[in-house]
Amino acid sequence: MASAEAGSPSSSGAPTCSPARESRVRYDRGMRIWGAEGQDALERASVCLLHAGPTGAEALKNLVLGGIRSFTVVDGERVGPQDLGNNFMIDQDALGRPRAEVVTASLKELNEAVGGSYVVDEPAQLISSNPSFFHEYDLVIGAQLRCSDAAALDAVCRERGIPLILGRAYGLVGLVQVCVAEHCVVESKPDNTIEDLRLTEPWPELAEAAAQVDAGLLDDHVRGHVPYALLLIRAAAAWAATHGAPFPRTSAEKADFKEGLRSLQRCIEGVPVEEENITEAIANAHRVWSGSSAPTPELVRLFQDEACQHLRAGSSPFWICVAALSRFVASNAAGALPLEGNIPDMHAGSQEFLALQRLYRAKAEADAQEVEGLAHDVAGAAGASVSRVTSAYVRSVCKNARRLRVIRCPALHPDGLPVRTEPEKGGTDALRQALASEDATASTAAFSVLVPAADRYYRTHQRFPGSLHGSEVPEGEVSQLHAIAQGLLAESGISGVHLPEDATTELVRWGGAELHCVAAIIGSIASQEAIKLLTGQFVPLAGTLFYSTVHATSLLFA
Amino acid sequence: MNHPEGRWSGLDNLLTRPGRFVGPGFEPGPELRDFLHDDCRILVVGAGGLGCELLKDLALSGFGSIDVIDMDTIDITNLNRQFLFRTADVGRSKAEVAAARTMQRVAGLTVTPHHAMIQDKGLDFYAQFHVIVLGLDSLEARRHMNAVACSFLSYNPDGTPDLATVKPLVDGGTEGLRGHARVLLPGVTPCFDCTLWLFPPQTKFPLCTIAETPRSPAHCIEYAKIILWPREHQDTAFDPDIEAHMHWMFARAQERAKEFGIQGVTLQLTQGVVKNIIPAIASTNAIVAASCALETLKLVTLASTGLDNYLMYSGVDGVYTLTTQYERDPACPVCSAGVPMTAPPTCTLRDLLGLLTLHPALGRLLREPSLSVGSVPLYARGVFEEETRPNLDRQLRELVTGPLVELTVNDKGLVAPLKVQLRLQVAEE
Ligand SMILES: [Zn+2]
Repeated sequence: MASAEAGSPSSSGAPTCSPARESRVRYDRGMRIWGAEGQDALERASVCLLHAGPTGAEALKNLVLGGIRSFTVVDGERVGPQDLGNNFMIDQDALGRPRAEVVTASLKELNEAVGGSYVVDEPAQLISSNPSFFHEYDLVIGAQLRCSDAAALDAVCRERGIPLILGRAYGLVGLVQVCVAEHCVVESKPDNTIEDLRLTEPWPELAEAAAQVDAGLLDDHVRGHVPYALLLIRAAAAWAATHGAPFPRTSAEKADFKEGLRSLQRCIEGVPVEEENITEAIANAHRVWSGSSAPTPELVRLFQDEACQHLRAGSSPFWICVAALSRFVASNAAGALPLEGNIPDMHAGSQEFLALQRLYRAKAEADAQEVEGLAHDVAGAAGASVSRVTSAYVRSVCKNARRLRVIRCPALHPDGLPVRTEPEKGGTDALRQALASEDATASTAAFSVLVPAADRYYRTHQRFPGSLHGSEVPEGEVSQLHAIAQGLLAESGISGVHLPEDATTELVRWGGAELHCVAAIIGSIASQEAIKLLTGQFVPLAGTLFYSTVHATSLLFA
Repeated sequence: MNHPEGRWSGLDNLLTRPGRFVGPGFEPGPELRDFLHDDCRILVVGAGGLGCELLKDLALSGFGSIDVIDMDTIDITNLNRQFLFRTADVGRSKAEVAAARTMQRVAGLTVTPHHAMIQDKGLDFYAQFHVIVLGLDSLEARRHMNAVACSFLSYNPDGTPDLATVKPLVDGGTEGLRGHARVLLPGVTPCFDCTLWLFPPQTKFPLCTIAETPRSPAHCIEYAKIILWPREHQDTAFDPDIEAHMHWMFARAQERAKEFGIQGVTLQLTQGVVKNIIPAIASTNAIVAASCALETLKLVTLASTGLDNYLMYSGVDGVYTLTTQYERDPACPVCSAGVPMTAPPTCTLRDLLGLLTLHPALGRLLREPSLSVGSVPLYARGVFEEETRPNLDRQLRELVTGPLVELTVNDKGLVAPLKVQLRLQVAEE
């Protein structure tokens, strides 16, 4: 199957804007997660899939539903009986037809706005014979590739900076690998973020607003309308004045501080009347001693990163902005980051709350303007283009400064072991530890060695161990595979760990089957990682996820 | 079977070969595959984001006879993840379209659709399935199905669950990039009511904030919904699926926001707030549903170790999974052999009814309880009310023989009666 047949009739080139693109209502539930910008990014993306079995088909299905621009399926096989038992994109009438063609047609049915084409060729063949084939894609998904092909594809994609995701379902286990040299995230969107309120270090306008609270506290109506942030700033200032420290430290001091807030409550005949804003102030008092406007350890590492320290003409807007942030922090006495500007809801009068919100937003905007100026300075000094450092981008970086993330995925191990080729970066430590563990982790780790071992077995036998028909697990194949796995470990310098025979027997039992449910789990994890890479939102996996459905356990190798 | 030779070869490896990580009593053999295809009955509850995936996953796991129940019709916003539906299907029954399309793709499969509410089906309907798989998005519906499954459970005299009466539930749920899959074996693993705390309460704004001191766009939208709509439309219930209603709501929310100088009221946000929309995408649904289907396969065949009992997934920061063994609440009103209660023998039946409605676990389930011992009513609502009313003022020692009595509690709000293990005991001084 050396020659590539061209795909579907009208597949070449980008599809023009079809009517379905006009309305984005169908993407509403996704856009509530990644917004209009995220959707724009998906709608620009062209994705290539290698291997059209269920793992790859399910991955692509989720991306087509999400509204990518177009896809190409590369597969060299013809539909056989086993495809009818594990691939929903293939039906009985398709027996004997090229699998790439059949799967492409089914995927296109899912979303008329997405363009699809296919190439009938063996993925391994294409990787070695025509590496430039992949250059036109924004993302490549390699499904069910054996280790050596995966490593070859990683090299091709890495060289061109094309993000690659690998998904592999093997019996009841599987793995997903994200392969990008570097991926920078501004909108990492963690589940819990605590707003930066500057309670112990208010800028002058905010300090002034807190000072004005005093008069209002005398008036029963006005007092109930004061947002708790102002109450806390006022209390923190008073604490600093009387204790010579910016905030309480011991638990006794903290209790004292809260007692001071409680004493603001109005009393009727000696009984305090509960007021919601004061209750909120007490409940949020911890923000006084736990809040920080300083760079997080993660951000400090980014400041020290080579890419930030030595901007070049080709530096990305991300690194230019990180360098500008670093300058901003160095330039103010408090060492504070630019203010993010958003505040949580607080029980308060509408106008009192909105006035406070305006104060925070104005300060955030002023800080962002300063960072933007610094960004232009540092970019200019490095000879880098500032055209991509837009105001909106700078503001987004400022708003997310404490949550910026960079992932760098290690190059794949040529034999497929989940270990790093660089010993100084931990090398084999993670795998060694997992293999030595006492619980289900050990068998999961063993499977992560046995899958690459099965690939080596395949190289000799042109089939996976246990793949011949029969109701017994072939013992000879078990012992062969076990020896191969032990050899792989030894070659990587991992000795003295026990590889459980049970795991080998179990893996041979599966015969290398691509079971639909496991394929759907692995393919769908791959598609979620693809969405994160394409939208630049959330934090992608920084290496290899090995998942075992046997005990529902996962291992991360980063 | 008319399957081409080799169609199920992958699955056969799992079902016909002995394994090292399998369920207790796993008996490999071709009969297992035949059982899945010919005899096993599975019910999928919900034909939405999870339901569509579940039908596909179960069908390709060898199950030959699947029922699906859903009362919804297809909406355009379903199409970003409910892959069995096409643009032209908008407005049609989800259950019917999903069933037809799954059968079209998978030869030899029977999917029976039920375009109905889960509450419309009686216990005899649910009794016919080996496993019930839930693809739901509300706690209320989950608790209904939980009560259904637990109603089949009976206990042996020694207090252990009668395993033949365990009706397994498999449950999935997603929100954004996070999700969970769990296996519920009533009497063996926790039921929904054992672990209600897993479901955080919905955030509700205080009425005074909405009415008097709005501060956020959501406050303005709630004002339009809770205060303005009932004031101006006494006779018409708000229906978020009617476009005119939604536009009215959006316009009023905008006015309210303008009045107070609040920014950020958009149509998208208005819809999100009034419909309580949970963001949902294909990938998370597919991960969770495939996990649920695989656990269903394991439950039925024992061909691999089963999930014990809760798997959570998050793709927010890298990929994170955690399997947790939650524990049963031994006094769970829904799945235990009976909620333990103590009352003095001199307590009247009326006082006991009061204790029941105030009970921390039972109270929230009961409105107007009836009580019986076995088939003998102590106090019954409805036609027997008059006959049993005199019992209300009688003392428990006159009505039952202690010290331990198993009471059956019924209530209109319950799917099935609950049990109370009442100990008659003189209060200690
Ligand atoms: Zn329970």
